[in-house]
Amino acid sequence: MEFSYEVEGGNFSKAGNAASSVKKVLKQLNVDPKIIKRVVVALYEGEVNVVAHAYKGKVLVDIDTARINIRIEDEGPGIPDIDLAMQVGYSTASAMVREMGFGAGMGLPNMKRNADTIEISSKVGAGTIVELTTKLSS
Amino acid sequence: MASSIKIRKIAELLDARIICGNDFIDNEVEHAFASDLMSDVLTLESDHLVLITGLTNMQTVRTAEMADIDCVVFVRGKKVTPDMVAVANENNMVLIECQYSMFRTIGMLHDAGVSPVY
Repeated sequence: MEFSYEVEGGNFSKAGNAASSVKKVLKQLNVDPKIIKRVVVALYEGEVNVVAHAYKGKVLVDIDTARINIRIEDEGPGIPDIDLAMQVGYSTASAMVREMGFGAGMGLPNMKRNADTIEISSKVGAGTIVELTTKLSS
Repeated sequence: MASSIKIRKIAELLDARIICGNDFIDNEVEHAFASDLMSDVLTLESDHLVLITGLTNMQTVRTAEMADIDCVVFVRGKKVTPDMVAVANENNMVLIECQYSMFRTIGMLHDAGVSPVY
């Protein structure tokens, strides 16, 4: 099964739409609630990142019986130093993002924690691609 | 072993208003977590707890949805918006508005036997 969702930069009211929809699909597939939580927390953090930092983005989700693959790609400023961005507490988020309850420098590390594998590639001035894969059975 | 409390009882104790999710107020919870930072809420491994927060926006309810949180208590007299109620209803979530400060709210729930997540 494949799904795709658009994410608007700066529009916090829609952040979480993709994660919410994926959660419903995984529930219907009777995936273990603990695994569902990991997947949707990671995806939601990714959506918030796109809303917080990029101009626009896309979430591509591919689910089969064994695993879920999520690709979050955005057009935005990119990440100059990915190792630094992976450090807990490092953030470039705006005051507006912090007012929304985010921007504490925990997003990418939490995505890593909640996925089996994570791959990040980024081009400064162009955008960022984050790919997450998680097994659906424990 | 932590003692559990009905969501209905939480609203009574806090003299608070149940905004939505009346069908679920007899569900019981054991733990609570208090934060205005949703990033911290998203790092919790436990679920089915009460979130106590002063942050009222869509992201609070979305965070609760992703984290499998059944009940959110909004403190300091903050008002829930209709779009938040819509998402809460979709997810069988109870939203409660409370006039008390976060400190007072937490103190009362702690006295009532609700335990911390960590």
